[in-house]
Amino acid sequence: MTGPRDLSVQRSTTLSKTALVIGVVTVAVLVSVPLWADQSTSRTLVSLLTLIALAQMWNLLAGYAGLMSVGQQGYIGIGAYSLWLLTDVFGLHPFLAVPLTGLFAAAISLPTAALVFRLKGGYFAIGTWVMAEILRLIVANIPQTGGGSGRTITAVAQMPVDVRMRGTYWLALAAAVGAVLVVYAILRARVGLALTAIRDNEPAVESLGVHVFRAKLSAYVLAAFGCAVTGAVVYMNLLRIQPDSSFSISWTATMIFIVVIGGVGTIEGPILGAIIYFTLQETLSSYGSWYLILLGVLAVVITVWFPGGLWGTLVRRWGVHLFPVQRRLRLGKADEPE
Amino acid sequence: MTWVNVIVQGVLLGGLYALYATGLSLVFGVMRMVNLAHGDLSILAAFICLLVVGVVDVNPLLALVVVVPLVFLVGYLLQRFLLNFTLKGDDMRPLLATFGLSVIIQNGLLQGFSADSRGLDAGRIENASLALGDKVAFGWFPLLILVVSVLVIVLLNAFLTRTQLGRAFRATSDDQGAARLMGIDNKHIYALAMGIALAIVALAGVLMGIRTTFTPGIGPARLVYAFEAVIMGGLGSSWGTLVGGIMLGVAQTVGFQLSPGWGIFVGHLVFVTVLAIRPSGLFAKTVS
Repeated sequence: MTGPRDLSVQRSTTLSKTALVIGVVTVAVLVSVPLWADQSTSRTLVSLLTLIALAQMWNLLAGYAGLMSVGQQGYIGIGAYSLWLLTDVFGLHPFLAVPLTGLFAAAISLPTAALVFRLKGGYFAIGTWVMAEILRLIVANIPQTGGGSGRTITAVAQMPVDVRMRGTYWLALAAAVGAVLVVYAILRARVGLALTAIRDNEPAVESLGVHVFRAKLSAYVLAAFGCAVTGAVVYMNLLRIQPDSSFSISWTATMIFIVVIGGVGTIEGPILGAIIYFTLQETLSSYGSWYLILLGVLAVVITVWFPGGLWGTLVRRWGVHLFPVQRRLRLGKADEPE
Repeated sequence: MTWVNVIVQGVLLGGLYALYATGLSLVFGVMRMVNLAHGDLSILAAFICLLVVGVVDVNPLLALVVVVPLVFLVGYLLQRFLLNFTLKGDDMRPLLATFGLSVIIQNGLLQGFSADSRGLDAGRIENASLALGDKVAFGWFPLLILVVSVLVIVLLNAFLTRTQLGRAFRATSDDQGAARLMGIDNKHIYALAMGIALAIVALAGVLMGIRTTFTPGIGPARLVYAFEAVIMGGLGSSWGTLVGGIMLGVAQTVGFQLSPGWGIFVGHLVFVTVLAIRPSGLFAKTVS
């Protein structure tokens, strides 16, 4: 076709291409960290990277699939406990066991979804919480898992420290980069279009014949997988699993704070949020309750007055997108073939 | 018959859960909003009562005269000047805001009162009981809670069906836009609904504080029990909520009798079973 009606779909910008280059360089530098940095640096980065991975998973649910889950701690607990099960009971190598923990969570998430997807909005949120509590109570009441006092993951604890630290670091990096890339890939694919549309107007999307249930279910299962794997990475460092802490709501609270502060419904938001949250945690967590009160106040203020979070506010003001998931219709010929 | 006694205790416990659930259900009914700080606000009420009792040395039941209106006011202001702003747009916003609020209240109470267990002392009525035969005994106080919760449901129903303001509540619930065209100030209605819901929840919190002990951290569990009662009973059905609360109370008490670790679990299990078999609850009226 020729003439003024020529239309093209633009899916990237100069800025996003620059960001891609910077991103690749950053990841390359991050990969090399254990080769030159000391252990405390890698340990610090493991915390930050796992926060990014968890926040991406929660954002996939809340920001795109419209599923406000308050029960992701259930899958973190599953990650922790299946790490113990696979290594101490089945004798698998811990580094191999970490990615496999996701399969346990994915398997549990299917029947869970069958139940909680019957609930909508706020009731869905509390429903997911009940499911996480059920998992916690089961684990806490089975004597084999160590009951309420938990267990030490011996196979992991007995690894040489430097091997464990390096492996854990790379697993954490893989979890964070993997989470970002998978969410990005999903959002650029067909199911991502469905998810973003669901977020914006669910009944309208359903009336257009989009399989809302299928799109939401895939997001839910994927988030369960991601949270469990990340949880397993976290417990490679913590070494001790215990029902009350492994299944604690504070895991999900952390994810919520990060995503709300950074910006819900964007890929950049959770990364930015994780960095801010991590900095706050490092500097203020010694204040205990006051620190948590501050986070609560931040969450309320941002939700009420700056609903897009920090990144959303930046996007509204300057229109920057580092991870272009949107499709823009442009008049004129495609200058950049996609 | 020890099992008869267990079930009687469960029914009485259910009265308390129904009271929590009634507040949650009212807010959802009027503005389709779920307040995740619901449980924490009831614990806040219990702590306010503790303060009042500490200052003027009265029976906590008498202190309700101060606590309930105060918490009503807190609810009104909270909705009017904060939560109403979150009702536009995304469904997620009221959830995120009330989640933040829940964290603020819990940690605020922790900071002010420490994590110690507290109790409210209402005097002799707390332990008085009526024995029926040698195996079954009614505690007067748990019975009073059940009676109060039935009374609250009756009064709330009368308010919603018989009064001008109650009609405005139902109109706003059915069609917000049309209600506004009829001259109903929906922001005020929402604030009133939150005020009334929190007044009920304050009552529940204080009664619970007399019945057992409480700590700043137990709010979320109250929210979960209220939610389970609402869903089992069926959205929009006030008597269903009472039945849901009683089912939950009985399930937990029976579970505790079987094994102390599994009590709460059995409650969740009954909830999940109802959700699997009858997702709309036992007496559903409204469609969410």
